Amino acid sequence: MSAPHLLASGSGDEFEAPGLEIFHWGPLFPDGPSWLHWLTKPTLIVALAGLIAIVFAWRAFAGAQLVPRGMQNVGEVAYLFVRDQVARPMLGRDGDRWMPFLFSTFFFILFMNWMGVVPVLYLPVNSHIAFPIVFAIAVYVMMLFLGIKHQGLVGYFKNMMFPPGLPKPLYVILAPIELLSNLILRPFTHSVRLFANMFAGHLLLAFFASVAYWFLVEKLTVLGAGVGIVGFVMTIVMTAFELFIQALQAFIFTLLAASYIQSGLHADH
Amino acid sequence: MILASENPLVPEASELIFGTVAFLVVLILVGWKLVPQIQKTLAERTDAIEGGLKRAEEAQDEAKETLEQYRAQLAEARKEAARLREEAREEGAQIKAEITEQAQAEARRIVESAHAQIEADRQQALQSLRAEIGTLSVELAGRVVGESLEDSARQSRVVDRFLEELEGRASTREQITS
Repeated sequence: MSAPHLLASGSGDEFEAPGLEIFHWGPLFPDGPSWLHWLTKPTLIVALAGLIAIVFAWRAFAGAQLVPRGMQNVGEVAYLFVRDQVARPMLGRDGDRWMPFLFSTFFFILFMNWMGVVPVLYLPVNSHIAFPIVFAIAVYVMMLFLGIKHQGLVGYFKNMMFPPGLPKPLYVILAPIELLSNLILRPFTHSVRLFANMFAGHLLLAFFASVAYWFLVEKLTVLGAGVGIVGFVMTIVMTAFELFIQALQAFIFTLLAASYIQSGLHADH
Repeated sequence: MILASENPLVPEASELIFGTVAFLVVLILVGWKLVPQIQKTLAERTDAIEGGLKRAEEAQDEAKETLEQYRAQLAEARKEAARLREEAREEGAQIKAEITEQAQAEARRIVESAHAQIEADRQQALQSLRAEIGTLSVELAGRVVGESLEDSARQSRVVDRFLEELEGRASTREQITS
């Protein structure tokens, strides 16, 4: 997102904070054939993030040696991080079986998020809700499938809505709440949490960057320069912070995915 | 610009489809193809390390066992050697005693046989002497009688001559025998 592009929507004389328009990207070739209209900056970045994830895994894991060298060391650290921080704490001894899914998901989302601080690209693609929805639905479908497969259709709902060991009248309140939170809200919160964090982070970065650009380049005044410098410093600080948030959100998304898979595999205790 | 919706909470259909395809590609390549490789390698490494530790432990146990065996064998060998030494010493003492006894017996036998020889020689000498002494005495007496026994000087001359003859006879006999 370049500053001129940001400011193109402004009236010209007054500073205008960037809004939703920074998330709207048309086809890269608007004049091209209509079957190419899906090719936008976000989809290109998704493809790039996927490519990075694949190349990373390829360089690290293809032909892995007993004694690791080079990229395999990095790949093993990454693998062990996901395994020991996500898979095993959440899934226990089933954890290793789910590592292919969890590893792919974590690093795909991580690279997608980090695209938000890569110069020139500057777009955490999960700020487009379509992508978090794809991941959340995949996890949701898996959760339902595993739940019905491992606990039975009736057993799954019974375990979910009527966890044992509670006084009977409580179930009147608990059962609908559990049903609502597990079946309806889960995919929604799962995807929106990721989307909203990336959306807000990107908006924040764009705001500080455009403040700096506006007050230091476009309309440099003695009074405005201070504001511009604050914007500049905050852009750097927030970029570092966003790096952290983007990694954290990828981690939380994967952690919840593992937790939902676990809830399908075994009834909650 | 073609915008599907101004609402950021409404997903765009093309992005849903593209996201699904991209996710599937990543899942297949990374999840299905590549992650199992590192899982296999990690499992193999664990095996190798555990196997190595186990092998080392086994080797150590074996070494300890062998050492014990060697020690036992060594102790046994020492005992055996001591026993053999003791036996040898006893045997040696016995042999020494036997040899001494034999030597003494031999010495006794030699001495006895020497005594017997001497005795026999003496007897033989006595016998031959006894046989000769008669003749000699007769001869001597004859001479003594034949010559007049005038003085003691002649007497002693006769005896001396006789004795010289005797000596000469004895030496010729010796020459013949030797």
